[in-house]
Amino acid sequence: MGSKLVKTTSSVGGVALALWPAVLVAQGEMRPFTFAFDVNALVILILLSILVLMFFLAIWLLHRIEAIKHVWGGKRSEGRDAKYGKYIQQLDAYQIDRLITAIRKKRVAKRKRGSGALRNVPLVILFSAISITTMGQRLDGNKVVGTLWGEAGIIITIALLLIPILAGFFIMVGKASRILKQYRQKMQSGEAEAFADYLSHVEDENTEGELLERKQALDYRLTNAELSGTETAADRMGIINIRESSGLPFVAVKKKAQKRPNIDPKLSKLIVWYLVAATFWLLFGTTVGQYLGIKFVAPDIDQLSWLSFGRLRPVHTNMVFWGWASLGMLGLGYYVVPHVSNVGISSLKKGWYSFYLINAAVVLGTLSLMAGINNGGGEYREYIWPIMALFGIGLIITLLNFLQTVAKRTTREIYISNWYIISAVIFALVITIVAYAPWWQDGLGETIIQGYYMHQGVGMWFMLFMLGVVYYLLPQQLNRPIYSYSLGILAFWTQILFYTVIGTHHFVFSAIPWWLQTVAIVGSVGMVIPVAAGTANFLMTFKGAWYKIKDSYTLPFFLIGIVFYFTGSLQGTAEAFRYTNLLWHFTDFTVAHSHLTMYGIISFFLWAGIYALVPRLTGREAPQSTVGAHFWLALIGLMFYTIPLMYGSTLKGMMWMDGKPFIDGVSMMMPYWLWRAIGGSLMWLSHLFFAYNMYKMLVVDRALDIREAAIQQVAKDDNKTN
Amino acid sequence: MEFLNNHKKLFTAAFLFFLLLTVCVAIMPAINNQQRNAPLPGYTPLSDDARKGKSLFVANGCVACHTQQVRNVDMDRPWGRRPSVAADYAGMTRMDFWRNTATLMGTGRTGPDLTDVGNRQPSLEWNLVHLFNPRIVVEASIMPAYPWLFQFKKKPTEADVVVNVPEAYLKGGEGKIVATDEALQLVAYLQSLKQVALPDGRPTPEFLYAREAAKKEGTASEAMDGALLYATHCQSCHQTNGEGLPGAFPSLKGSSVVGGDNLELYVDIIMNGYDARPEYGAMPGIGTMMELTADEVAAIINHERTSWGNAAQEVTPEEIKEIMDFLAMGANK
Repeated sequence: MGSKLVKTTSSVGGVALALWPAVLVAQGEMRPFTFAFDVNALVILILLSILVLMFFLAIWLLHRIEAIKHVWGGKRSEGRDAKYGKYIQQLDAYQIDRLITAIRKKRVAKRKRGSGALRNVPLVILFSAISITTMGQRLDGNKVVGTLWGEAGIIITIALLLIPILAGFFIMVGKASRILKQYRQKMQSGEAEAFADYLSHVEDENTEGELLERKQALDYRLTNAELSGTETAADRMGIINIRESSGLPFVAVKKKAQKRPNIDPKLSKLIVWYLVAATFWLLFGTTVGQYLGIKFVAPDIDQLSWLSFGRLRPVHTNMVFWGWASLGMLGLGYYVVPHVSNVGISSLKKGWYSFYLINAAVVLGTLSLMAGINNGGGEYREYIWPIMALFGIGLIITLLNFLQTVAKRTTREIYISNWYIISAVIFALVITIVAYAPWWQDGLGETIIQGYYMHQGVGMWFMLFMLGVVYYLLPQQLNRPIYSYSLGILAFWTQILFYTVIGTHHFVFSAIPWWLQTVAIVGSVGMVIPVAAGTANFLMTFKGAWYKIKDSYTLPFFLIGIVFYFTGSLQGTAEAFRYTNLLWHFTDFTVAHSHLTMYGIISFFLWAGIYALVPRLTGREAPQSTVGAHFWLALIGLMFYTIPLMYGSTLKGMMWMDGKPFIDGVSMMMPYWLWRAIGGSLMWLSHLFFAYNMYKMLVVDRALDIREAAIQQVAKDDNKTN
Repeated sequence: MEFLNNHKKLFTAAFLFFLLLTVCVAIMPAINNQQRNAPLPGYTPLSDDARKGKSLFVANGCVACHTQQVRNVDMDRPWGRRPSVAADYAGMTRMDFWRNTATLMGTGRTGPDLTDVGNRQPSLEWNLVHLFNPRIVVEASIMPAYPWLFQFKKKPTEADVVVNVPEAYLKGGEGKIVATDEALQLVAYLQSLKQVALPDGRPTPEFLYAREAAKKEGTASEAMDGALLYATHCQSCHQTNGEGLPGAFPSLKGSSVVGGDNLELYVDIIMNGYDARPEYGAMPGIGTMMELTADEVAAIINHERTSWGNAAQEVTPEEIKEIMDFLAMGANK
């Protein structure tokens, strides 16, 4: 009953949510919401949520009453004998056994019994009436609030008055619910008595025979030796793995992470700290991003200089770049680089220095951007050079550490992952130095470097590093080798060749040299080669192992990452053409694209890596239900975020090409911006689940340690006796 | 391959390959560009105030939504008279020890391009009201408000620049809204953003991808969309409903200039601006600055004369052409 109710209400809510922005689209004109945080709005928000809660409680109560009415109605309409016959069919062997004994006894001593009937029906009807009228009154009461909401004093007074009324309402709902429950029990016991009465009249031998037969059928058991014979069974190869018993299978049960050879606890600690810091920056950075998304539809939500849009936007982008993605990747890198070299990490201390420096850069960078100190307006190089230098030094230390680890490797070849990862660190350093060195930044020089830098930051740092991690973790999770080593090598060199030259496609039709723009467009098309090679390589690694997806909670993340690697990257190629630049450049299409890639590719791969790796380090896994919630909310949120934005941006580009007034394009985008904020909320929610999962993977759950504790106890006792 | 199994050789090769490409597509073109280009002859360096204003523009991240580049495509025509060229940015160098050069070309146009905003919207009053809260003058705007660039003063002195903010936006504050130095500097920067004419004899780069329809209809005055022209050139001050903003921009609804017989005065105001009424802000010479044609001015006048309950006689482009020629003669004397 409860689940049915939840289903109906949630579907109603879903429909409302889906229709709401659609209605706004239909209206055509939409203005920014005037919403701003103040007392009135907050009070109204609270009142509204109370109202909604009361509404749902009332519905719940009504539903229970309906259910009871149904039981009562069923009792009247259904034929007695048919129903009792059904009851008898459902009896189990033990019940039949007792029944037969009773029947036999009765036949000996003929006696009769009577029973009562329904009495309290009018009471129920009375109650349902009361609850409906009270609900109606409460709704009316709040309508009055609606008309006077402008006056803060009145709102507060009404809110104060509402508190006892509300408390009364809750108590009433509780009481009503209990009475209903009691009534139902009474009704059911009445039913039971009636059935008992019916049974006590069954005396004839025919019935007894039927019952005996039924009992025999129910009692039939296999000997369990039909196939095996009399040999005792034993699992000599340790194949059988008994799962912990759990409640209802709310989510499909997936495979547990396989046990790995023990990892140096000190290295584990370092990696875990990288990933924890990354998780923190993800939560913080996307909270800022979500707030920015809200500012598109409610620009006056606050008017503080430190929180103004222009200052917060780089806070969001830089935080998720250098805080979340970079630290997350480095954390995974500190596992992959030594493991594919088959040695320990060269220096843990260097790892920690790098960790502190990069975190310091993000903290200081965030503060300085909010205070209005930035580098001059180039995207992703908003941190001023002393702050970016911290990040750079952190990377240099990591580079040395990785190179020294590879230098003392015990394998002959350098596994392809390390090609990608170490090159990514080298290239990141090159682009940072090129971007911040002052000798080629005058006039348009700044723009040419900007195009180069912002694109290499994405392609030569995030993408290259992440591919390296995937080249190790994907085969590991599938438990099969990478499909083609040579495709990986092809993708590596072509990625360097084509990706490096495409930076200026961010400035097509601008004043930078035409030939440079053309080179960038040609290079963007060339990107098809490494992207197709990489995607094919990953998908072919899946070949013959697709069935493993349903048993794994990490592989879906990998798969989504691969899909977006292909679609997102090729979308970038399509955006670089001259015509598509007319249509999409300067619109929010670029924003949608960067989220499809940085979120769809990088973040999904990061999560895949984290869910694959952390259980190996800590021996603890996240609950599957919350991993599932994380996955679906992130994916659906990303779709809600990007698709409306791409659609709206296309319309906006067409309006610009038609020479419509600029402000018309702004009004037209409002519903799509609203959708973006909704999608962003889902993504943000998924990050809360992710943070919870991180917590579950890291923190010791005492209850799970019973066996381990017992074994330790035994070992201790054993030691004592020896 | 031995080469691929030697980490020193492998990573050195990757590094050099990347560096070579970097030099070819980034460093060399950048150096080349900064050596070859010099500021245009008409270029004037930023004033002291405008320079401080630019710092504020950078500090508040305005470039997140406002580009400063007119691309050589037809759809960018509203933002400037000609496409931007490399020389437009040549005068820009490193801002200071801490901060890089800011060409502020931008990569997103959530708000309008600002390359030529000094010509398009030079009004000090409008800019200040708009900075205090953009929605006072542009209802559909989603630009942030910048109230921290203003302060309340109970008794403003002569030197203070008072901003006429409607009651609804004061939020219970007492006194008058006065622009701080920072607000004035920021506006000074915005006013300084003007495209400089290319020196005589130099070919102006063309706008590509011209609209076919526009080419065909080009000369016919019926094709001129008065409402669209009004929205582009007049609406930000006089508003969609033509009622202006009390204390800042006069109403065109029932206006004696719009509905009256003095067509010469009407055209003069559109072309050369107006500052005869102390209760309102000064109107800039929008027609001259935006190089409006007689067809366009006629379309705007006809739109204003037939909207918001106005019902005055419509004009022909020929009439307007005559008046404009006469006014131009006067200006030349």
